[in-house]
Amino acid sequence: MSVKIGIPRGLWFYDYFPLWKTFYEALGAEVIVSDITNKAILNQGVKNTVDEACLPVKIFNGHVLALKDKVDYIFVPKIMSVYEKEYICPKFCGLPEMVKHSIANLPPMIDIEINFNKSRKSLIKTIYLFGSYVTKNPIRIRTAYLKALEEYNKYKEAMKAGYIPIDGYLQKDQSKLNIKPKTRIAAIGHSYQLFDSYGSMSLIKKLQKENIEVVIPESLNMKSINNLASSLEKKMFWSYGRKTLGTALHYTKNKDIDGIVYISSFGCGIDSVIEDIFERWARKSNIPFLLLTVDEHTGEAGINTRLEAFIDMIDWRLNNEGNLSTHG
Amino acid sequence: MKVTFPHMGNQYVATKVLLDELEVENIVPPECSKDTLDIGTQHSPESICLPLKVNIGNYIESIKQGADTIILTGSCGPCRFGYYSILQKEIMKAMGHNINFILLDPPQGDYKSFFARIFKLTNTKNPYKIIKALAKATRVLYLVDEMEEVSCYKRPRQKKIGEVDIYYDGFHKKVRKIHGYREVSKLIKETINNIKSIPEDPNREVIKIGVIGEIYTIIEPFVNLNIHKKLGNMGVEVSTSLKISRWLTEHLYLQPLKLTGEKKIRNMAKPYLKTMIGGHGRETIGHAIDYAKRGFDGVIQIYPFTCMPEIVAQSILPTIEKDFDIPYLCLIVDELTGEAGYTTRLEAFVDLLIRRREMGISDKLLSRN
Repeated sequence: MSVKIGIPRGLWFYDYFPLWKTFYEALGAEVIVSDITNKAILNQGVKNTVDEACLPVKIFNGHVLALKDKVDYIFVPKIMSVYEKEYICPKFCGLPEMVKHSIANLPPMIDIEINFNKSRKSLIKTIYLFGSYVTKNPIRIRTAYLKALEEYNKYKEAMKAGYIPIDGYLQKDQSKLNIKPKTRIAAIGHSYQLFDSYGSMSLIKKLQKENIEVVIPESLNMKSINNLASSLEKKMFWSYGRKTLGTALHYTKNKDIDGIVYISSFGCGIDSVIEDIFERWARKSNIPFLLLTVDEHTGEAGINTRLEAFIDMIDWRLNNEGNLSTHG
Repeated sequence: MKVTFPHMGNQYVATKVLLDELEVENIVPPECSKDTLDIGTQHSPESICLPLKVNIGNYIESIKQGADTIILTGSCGPCRFGYYSILQKEIMKAMGHNINFILLDPPQGDYKSFFARIFKLTNTKNPYKIIKALAKATRVLYLVDEMEEVSCYKRPRQKKIGEVDIYYDGFHKKVRKIHGYREVSKLIKETINNIKSIPEDPNREVIKIGVIGEIYTIIEPFVNLNIHKKLGNMGVEVSTSLKISRWLTEHLYLQPLKLTGEKKIRNMAKPYLKTMIGGHGRETIGHAIDYAKRGFDGVIQIYPFTCMPEIVAQSILPTIEKDFDIPYLCLIVDELTGEAGYTTRLEAFVDLLIRRREMGISDKLLSRN
């Protein structure tokens, strides 16, 4: 019987799941992904996490709970750093421990450490360790990894081409094939928040329904983003922060969007810095900016009202703004 | 150039000595108060952690006294403290203050600009002078930490409650008016001797509590609502897990040489937290275990709201509470923390520890072994 590996549909899932899924399937394991986030998953997560943790971590714990009794291993890698001299949020660095101490009677976890902060030398070894849960054959692991990498690159290309991985399923906005979208709005946020339709209150879909073209940071050219980010005064040491601040610099320079919607979870430490800098820059360059902060209590009606008001405001701005100075 | 710096517990005494010895004109920000925090809260991002808000308040209050340059240390992640400098610059710019920042980040290979910044600050290129001043400041830092320890030891044992704080508070008033290593170290030694000579009540039952958590909140008395004094006057001997003197030795002298003085603590934390997670998350776990092994009656974790490493530690600490049978209380502080609720929780916790100790004694009396 093949090994059953459960991948929770949360946190890094939205960035890397084609890589992980293909890798383990190529090795012959059965991969079980938890359901799309729903109320029950969130409630379970909230009950089993410390109050102070952010919404995505609570959702993640909910997904782990949903998988708990169905699988042999739960995939909770300890992702510390994926690029040189950069880190991931401290909560990710301690995620396996957090999960282990919050939820009792868990099946064994695949909690291999991914740390490329010093260099990428340990890559091959890390891959082997991940694969060793299924097979000890290094050649098979290598072929599986190459296959997975190919799949992952395809996934990234698709995002560049305008597909958005809502809930992990790549989707292209169908509505804009018929009518030309009236506005372009950039949706910014952590991938695990933006692409989780429950956690983001279907932000992207709501915008698309209003005939708005939604652009995500992943659709931009990463090379130019990285170049822009390296012009920062101090090196941004969070990989997410580098991407987001680079995106901010890109938009403030090119101004090829009509507005920015930034979605953040309450208590997110990284956003408290990044969002603030982003907002300051956006205001300086006169781009409309909307910040939506969500947690497990956020009411959807409030979010809708704010979104509608924001969209109306942009429409008026485009139609009626005379760009005349009000003070002579 | 008039230099100022953010507050962090007793650190200001040492920084003042350092700048005095380097003959750099400096302004010690007024003691942190409600006003400081109000200024900071008004101008900082809403969900940033508390230390940044207090820092901003410190700067503004110093600027009012004429400061034009700020020195700030930093780190390179993964805790958000590493990006404080950039954010603070943006905030100060938005407030319309044209002020210089001198950042003393870990060099990360770029020693040239690191030393350029040090020379800019010190106004001298004489390395001997800089090292001498640094050595003196480090000594002062160890002295003030000793004073802190002595007062924590004495407070629960003093005959008349409040006597320690007469000397302790007096020190903080006097130290602002004097300059240079000689006078400051003399004053600290005097204060230590004064506190040591306070008569003790030999019949006091003293409870021991270890305070763990985020370094800024456990060191800065304004932010933790004077937990040392509060607990001390309730008859508790407080030990703080992180000390700024040790922090300095660790980061300034040992880390560049790839050494560490925290090996024991890190090894203790290992079964619960395998790697570092930024900030002092791992040390929090390690020290909790250390206190339990040293026979402390309880541990209190304090951290600023939304602090990422401490949230990880917080979710692990209940396991340690069970495994080592040590009561644990978590206090989270931010600008909305009310003092009354905070004190109530401390009192309840201390009562629980006293009761627990009594029960332990009567258990021993009753058992037939």
